Amino acid sequence: MVQDRTLPVFQAAAAQVSQDEGLRLYEDMVLGRYFEDKCAEMYYRGKMFGFVHLYNGQEAVSTGVIKAMRPDDYVCSTYRDHVHALSAGVPARNVMAELFGKETGISKGRGGSMHMFSKEHNLLGGFAFIGEGIPVALGAAFQSRYRRDALGDASADQVTAAFFGDGTTNNGQFFECLNMAALWKLPILFVVENNKWAIGMAHERATSQPEIYRKASVFGMPGYEVDGMDVLAVRDVAQAAVARARAGEGPTLIECLTYRFRGHSLADPDELRSQAEKEAWQARDPLSRFEAYLLEQNLADEAALKAVRDKITALVEESVEFAESSPEPDPSELRRYIFAEG
Amino acid sequence: MAETLLFNALRAATDEEMARDETVLVIGEDVGHYGGSYKVTKDLCKKYGDLRVLDTPIAENSFMGMAVGAAMTGLRPIVEGMNMGFLLLAFNQIANNAGMLRYTSGGNYEIPMVIRGPGGVGRQLGAEHSQRLEAYFQAVPGLKIVACSTPYNAKGLLKSAIRDRNPVLFFEHVLLYNLKEDLPDDEYLLPLDKAEVVRPGKDVTILTYSRMRHHVVQASKALEQKGFDPEIIDLISLKPIDYQTIGESIRKTHKVIIVEECMRTGGIAAEIIASINDRFFDELDAPVLRMSSQDIPTPYNGRLESLTIVQPKQIEEAVEKMMALRI
Repeated sequence: MVQDRTLPVFQAAAAQVSQDEGLRLYEDMVLGRYFEDKCAEMYYRGKMFGFVHLYNGQEAVSTGVIKAMRPDDYVCSTYRDHVHALSAGVPARNVMAELFGKETGISKGRGGSMHMFSKEHNLLGGFAFIGEGIPVALGAAFQSRYRRDALGDASADQVTAAFFGDGTTNNGQFFECLNMAALWKLPILFVVENNKWAIGMAHERATSQPEIYRKASVFGMPGYEVDGMDVLAVRDVAQAAVARARAGEGPTLIECLTYRFRGHSLADPDELRSQAEKEAWQARDPLSRFEAYLLEQNLADEAALKAVRDKITALVEESVEFAESSPEPDPSELRRYIFAEG
Repeated sequence: MAETLLFNALRAATDEEMARDETVLVIGEDVGHYGGSYKVTKDLCKKYGDLRVLDTPIAENSFMGMAVGAAMTGLRPIVEGMNMGFLLLAFNQIANNAGMLRYTSGGNYEIPMVIRGPGGVGRQLGAEHSQRLEAYFQAVPGLKIVACSTPYNAKGLLKSAIRDRNPVLFFEHVLLYNLKEDLPDDEYLLPLDKAEVVRPGKDVTILTYSRMRHHVVQASKALEQKGFDPEIIDLISLKPIDYQTIGESIRKTHKVIIVEECMRTGGIAAEIIASINDRFFDELDAPVLRMSSQDIPTPYNGRLESLTIVQPKQIEEAVEKMMALRI
């Protein structure tokens, strides 16, 4: 019943990525993977609680898009936000501390897994309700356009990327925001992480037109379908979309065909997805594919790749130590941050 | 400014703040070219352009969220709800994001925005255009809520709301836009968290807000004729409630009547009475009397409609009974 779409073919050899850049992309994906694996371990050890949604398998999307952006660009995510936060530059220790509910967490322990925010890194959240971050992202993009065109600030060319899933694309806010983004030519990327499942709801069972990228043309917006397990393919499309947005040419919809290797959350028994489906997608693991690419293109050798993995292993361990040894928020500050004072 | 209609007082406040601070903008349906359905933004788009007075498509939840995102990234949006009732569609963004996002982000972001527009029971506008949302939003942490009631307080409060670093729900009333009052020429701001003593008195404390203030004042004219001396307090701030002013009054009169236009169930008065219990129980000679709208959808028929809200005559009778301690 669940038909797999033909993945678009991307000529990776034509990607022109340098050794430095290649290793940078690889490191970001390894960080995303190892961090999430550590989260699973910590959750089962009772160090973090509640709803935790892991990103394993989707690393090419976060790395491909966010590493094609500048630090002063904006990133807006969903409840599956740990890896977006990491790609956006939030230190692993502060993401882990947030998951442990500590005062040193990026949201001061007030947000948790689903609410990663960082003003310093222009990370706009972390949202529990699907779709509710898209308008917020639209607002950041609107702000860029406003500064540039209403206030005459030529340096206001920041771009915003909004990440959300296949399930969200049936929600009103998705369509309303596509309309406004196109209408006002806002500098925004709508990045759909189509991992085929919204908890236990298969995309094709919820969606009359499952090819999400086709919905962009209705709004006069370019829409692309890309192999979401190929970091260079994602990066290529993202770079073009970012350039368009920065040049004032408006929004782009990017549908990344990807897959989550774990359940919807750590509470999901993940019984509906077939073993065959999981295996087929695991065979396309973005990390293994990119390793193979780097080796084939002589951009790295096994030693260099291992060095990256060892570095990240140590980094993730350190983030756990930091989180463990960090203080809890002070109960006397229960009511702090409700309002901005002054 | 001389004699000014309330909607023009709001317009002047908006214009002054937009001139003063280039990050202030207006977002809403028909606020630009149409000038606002109650003329609050008339011609402002000619002065400030289509980006600073932004006409939106009909998508309340999304443009509300867009305003949140714009506020998080440094702008100061004023969102107009064409009718505040329409903001039921924006409840997700107002509650989850405008109200709670600062806290959930551990103080990373502030959300300086104003959400304003007309609410209240009008003249036969039907149930959906006669809504009062203040009670629904009062439980959302992180929101400030004010209700203006005169041209003077409308202007001063809106300016303060625009300058506040937090989300402010600013309730206007459909039937008060044509009130006229002399306004000062000089700039003035009013605090968002202070109630207004409309008429000092010693007999009974009457707490009210928005259009009901005018019903209470009308009732007080008749009451004065009969020798009564009510103290009328316009709450102005519905969240937080100014218990300091209320307390001073209760310590004087020891009797309280609350006259509100929201529904009786779970209304503003329900909250205030519980708090008066907590804080001032020993000062009371009698239970607090609550006069609210009926818990029904507002009917179209004019006579039925007038039965759903509190009328001046009822307020008069309530004061007489309260003074005789026959409540």
